[in-house]
Amino acid sequence: MTERAQGFEAVALTHLNAVYNLARWLVRDEHVAQDMVQEAYLRALKFHHGLRGDDMRPWLLGIVRNTCYTWLKNNRHGEQVEFDEERDSGAYESAFDRAENSPEALLLCKQESARVNRAIAALPPVFREVLVLRELEELSYDEIAVVAAIPAGTVMSRLARARAMLRTELNRMMSEE
Amino acid sequence: MIDKHEDVELAALVKAQATYYEAPQSLRDRIGVDLAKAAPRAHRWAEWQQWLGMGAAFACGVMLSVAITFFYGVSGQQDRLAAQVIDGHVRSLMVAHLSDVASSDQHTVKPWFNGKLDFSPPVWDLATEGFPLIGGRLDYIDERPVAALVYRHRLHTINVFVWPARSNPSVASSSTSRNGFNVTSWRDEGMQFWAVSDINSADLQRFGQLLRKQGKS
Repeated sequence: MTERAQGFEAVALTHLNAVYNLARWLVRDEHVAQDMVQEAYLRALKFHHGLRGDDMRPWLLGIVRNTCYTWLKNNRHGEQVEFDEERDSGAYESAFDRAENSPEALLLCKQESARVNRAIAALPPVFREVLVLRELEELSYDEIAVVAAIPAGTVMSRLARARAMLRTELNRMMSEE
Repeated sequence: MIDKHEDVELAALVKAQATYYEAPQSLRDRIGVDLAKAAPRAHRWAEWQQWLGMGAAFACGVMLSVAITFFYGVSGQQDRLAAQVIDGHVRSLMVAHLSDVASSDQHTVKPWFNGKLDFSPPVWDLATEGFPLIGGRLDYIDERPVAALVYRHRLHTINVFVWPARSNPSVASSSTSRNGFNVTSWRDEGMQFWAVSDINSADLQRFGQLLRKQGKS
């Protein structure tokens, strides 16, 4: 085995949890997420030459993100994948009216963790991903910019909106209980 | 940007309560196998590079005929590219990752490459000639990122790899066939084109000519 390939394997696998966590949050299905991660690693293996080790995490996350978005576009036609300025700037609350209201769901809601998970999962993918990358993965704005292929300034505004949407959703859930 | 107090609170809530999904061991094993499988190929390639280096030194030493060296160098490079192009084609079908941008509209596919490549590949739809464009994606050939354009011919898939030509006119065009795949390459407008498919050689040649004609019109 060459040093280069060995190095890639060792470093790439240290980011597996981060890559899987993002995929799992984006596609919201553990089996699909596993397939996405495997495909992303195969692509990464092909493209990694010339990449420096410390750049690898956002780069790998970017690959799995694109893989997931392709899957979302092909398999979740109802889900908004692309960022839509008009829709996402104003009436985003309406997206949450579709949230489940069954007694079982409300029961689960009493558990803080389930509520937070559900509120994040209800966000459109472009907002969900910045939240997951920032709060769970603790990536810098610059790193998130690389992953999502957007300017750092957009990361900030998107994160601010994601937080506002999450707050709205959590309040709505609380008031329903 | 300094996070506001309420943002810090929200971040703490998410950090504490949202699930961090850890990769299952089975996935870790699967990817470990993938990476190990790919490694021997990299090994052979590295070895080959080493031999190539030694070979070059040797050639200098004994003053081999420049013409012969050049001829073998060119045909070796063509073989290597053809193999890479076929690999790329097979892999695109194998992992069901044919296109990053799926569209039959050349005005959607061409701009998609903006910012992803340091060149702008020519994109034409040939639906009227029986070769509809179905999308594009990025690939990696000859040690550089390249554009891959995907066409359909009846039930067959054609991959066209495009990248800026290097200044070596003698390797401009060729056609070959291996493992049941036909490959044809040409150079046009400073771009190197490689088309690969399992359609028959004559159809692939016709397809190549149609693309070249588009470039001229």
